Amino acid sequence: MREKATILDKIMIQRAITRIAHEVIEKNKGINNLCLVGIRNRGVFIAERLKENIKTIENKEVDIGILDITLYRDDLTLISEKPVVHKTEINFDISDKKIVLVDDVLYTGRTIRAALDALNDFGRPKSIQLAVLIDRGHRELPIRADFVGKNIPTATNETIEVRLMEIDKKEEVVIVEK
Amino acid sequence: MGLLIKNGFVIDSANKISEPRDILVSNGKIEKVDKKINNKTKNTINARGKIVIPGIFDMHVHLREPGREDKETVYTGTLAALAGGVTQVLAMPNTDPAIDSPENSEILKQIITKSANCNVSICAAITKKRQGEELVDFGKLKSNGVVAFSDDGNSVDNQEIMDEAFRHAAEHDLLIICHSEDKTLSKKGVVNYGFTSTRMGLRGVSNESEYKRISRDIELAKKHNARIHIAHVSCKESVGIIKKAKEQGVKVTCETAPHYFSLTEEDVLGYDTNKKMNPPLRSEQDKQAIIDGLKEGIIDVIASDHAPHTENEKNIEFDKAEFGVIGLQSILSVCTTELLHKHVLGWTDIVEKLCLAPARILDVDCGTLSVGKNADIAIVSPEQDWTLDKKQILSKSKNSAFLNKKLKGQVWCTIHNGQIVYMDKE
Amino acid sequence: MVWTKKDLLALEDLTKEEIEHILDTAGSFKEVSTRDIKKVPALRGKTVVNLFYEPSTRTRISFEVAAKRLSADVINVNIETSSVKKGETLIDTGRNIQALKADIVVLRHKHSGAAAMLARHLNIGVVNAGDGWHEHPTQALLDMLTIKEKLGKIKGLKVSIIGDIAHSRVARSNIWGLTKLGAIVTVCAPKMLIPVGIEQMGAKVTNDIEVALKDADAINILRMQFERDDRVNFPVQLEYFKTFGITKERLEKVKKNILVMHPGPINRGIEMSSEVADGEHSVILEQVTNGIAARMAVLYLVAQGK
Repeated sequence: MREKATILDKIMIQRAITRIAHEVIEKNKGINNLCLVGIRNRGVFIAERLKENIKTIENKEVDIGILDITLYRDDLTLISEKPVVHKTEINFDISDKKIVLVDDVLYTGRTIRAALDALNDFGRPKSIQLAVLIDRGHRELPIRADFVGKNIPTATNETIEVRLMEIDKKEEVVIVEK
Repeated sequence: MGLLIKNGFVIDSANKISEPRDILVSNGKIEKVDKKINNKTKNTINARGKIVIPGIFDMHVHLREPGREDKETVYTGTLAALAGGVTQVLAMPNTDPAIDSPENSEILKQIITKSANCNVSICAAITKKRQGEELVDFGKLKSNGVVAFSDDGNSVDNQEIMDEAFRHAAEHDLLIICHSEDKTLSKKGVVNYGFTSTRMGLRGVSNESEYKRISRDIELAKKHNARIHIAHVSCKESVGIIKKAKEQGVKVTCETAPHYFSLTEEDVLGYDTNKKMNPPLRSEQDKQAIIDGLKEGIIDVIASDHAPHTENEKNIEFDKAEFGVIGLQSILSVCTTELLHKHVLGWTDIVEKLCLAPARILDVDCGTLSVGKNADIAIVSPEQDWTLDKKQILSKSKNSAFLNKKLKGQVWCTIHNGQIVYMDKE
Repeated sequence: MVWTKKDLLALEDLTKEEIEHILDTAGSFKEVSTRDIKKVPALRGKTVVNLFYEPSTRTRISFEVAAKRLSADVINVNIETSSVKKGETLIDTGRNIQALKADIVVLRHKHSGAAAMLARHLNIGVVNAGDGWHEHPTQALLDMLTIKEKLGKIKGLKVSIIGDIAHSRVARSNIWGLTKLGAIVTVCAPKMLIPVGIEQMGAKVTNDIEVALKDADAINILRMQFERDDRVNFPVQLEYFKTFGITKERLEKVKKNILVMHPGPINRGIEMSSEVADGEHSVILEQVTNGIAARMAVLYLVAQGK
């Protein structure tokens, strides 16, 4: 494992999230009926920041939920180390809501597929949009993001690591070679 | 045609021999035992590095014939015996029919004549059908060649009947072998009573159920000055009681089985039914008492309590599984592993307890390498490491408590009536 | 913490970390049962067989609901409807279930050690749903989940188990589990119902109900079965209630937020009064709810163990 380059630093992450907040508000013509759902782990913290940014702009709170997609993974029976199941916390009715699903990195699309299935079990939202900090390409499913912080073309032997203060005690996005 | 065993280290407790000796065998008898025998015989075994001992006399063996040929037969049981260095066994009478009459002992005798691979002595029941109610005809059975009496598997609960049995025993100079268990105390117990039975959620068999019955039987034997032999001693208090009786001059002898000085109740925790026997595996403290009893000479004999049961009877729920384990093929190896290599007993004592004491107690002419005796000999690789594999078991049943257990010391060759009847392929 | 076991047989066999991992996972699963659509696809395509040799509506339903909420297919095999009565051995039955390509067997059996034996002979997962007097691990897990949820922790808490300890698999599993997690466990029963050596499992022993209740943070009251066959010197029902029954009056003298638990089914007026069973301290129905989460966690974890 070798760190190849830092793609975003703290300020750049901040700017990207602020921009996404503006885009979300613009696209949805305000925040009426809007809610955010962060995907564990780091999507949760990006969603929380989006919420703060939206609040600053619109002076209003949006509902926010946390989604653990472990139980919906399509590779559950394949992986040897059983992933730890964490809590899902969506304490509001998502029916007829406009949901913005939030994650840190969009890659194969399988996580988002799982998240869409999970949301389906919670009700019938009016729409689901997707916001990600990084889109690194290599999609295996017909899924695309509505809001992207930064597109980073990567090779398959590379991974993107998003590090956030809340978990990693630092704030950066790096590209790592395996 | 003779047979010469050269360069072996001979242990013959009866003749106080414990040194390198050559042994010459001819016409099925031991012809000569000397430091250096040069003989032109083609039949020479080089026993360099091996221990040469008298064939083992296992005085507690269930051959299951007649009646339960699905578990074991005289043929298979005695084949397993030879592979374990055992050339003489005492067959216990809990067969179907039980050996409780001259007719039934005759049935068994004929089977033995026809199919036994080693010498088989017969133990008859104390009571008819081993039901503890009506005594057998001791005199007739004795004259029919029976060497001891036991209701093994059951204890004679009725004290008056047992009292009467000892009176007969004294009169006819018979040996009574006691399976000492008070079933009103052991009830439906299946493992040692205590923390083990509690944590496993099983009914327990207390030490008390054994030693109280031993006390009673010893008292009765003492009263009539009869001979008594206590089978499968498993716990500390029993050793103490027997020690005291011996000091008082009671004609008591006793045996333990290899599992009681090598395994404990902890070995049962996985609910392995091959560790289920009666009496059950006891505590570490009891095991230590058995070892001390062997060391001090309170325990006279080591016998396997070879108890074959089919897979159907063992591969079921622990509560429902039969009691007992096989042991003919592993008796010597467990002794070398647990007693010799752990410096509990030396070779002389091991030979005393496996070969000589049973012969003396049952008054059978074997257990020594004296000139003129039957050439029943076991040759042992004392340092051989091996693991008992199911495939190696010659017994019809495979219920050994020592399956897949590492053992040190193995029978290399067995000679019976001057013939090589078993040879390790290695 | 990585879960590796294919079976759940006894809490005695588990480490503190493994027990905590199950409880944490169960905590995450609780939410599923609060949804409108109470189902996640985690065990989609897996088959769970409930093999019950003893009648037990409650545990069987709980396992069935848990498996179904994980999207597993569930088959219930009861002794009356199977070939067991014709004398098929447990191992043969297990091998047949394995040959049907089931993934997990949930076994309830009257003989101690039955689950351990079955697990030794099968490659598929075995979950012990109660074996004889030995263990009932998922019951103890749901009990612990309830305590943890209600009181925020387990370590350092005083938990008393009251009733027929000698013949109780629930008691044994609870003692192992709770003591591993640092609780102080007291068992309370008439002398004849205290099994020998129980203190070596880490439990304190008392025959005095007042001692068991004093300072207790939680009490787990066991079902008394007076009708069993082989009980000599068994206490008389009425006498038992007088001496050991949990009543409102007895609870007035103890910790205000004491939890009253019972694995069910309750004998009202024998182990406890109706007032207590339905009272403010009772978490008996929450235990039932938590049972689903605990069993979902166990099924989810063993499904991947090897």
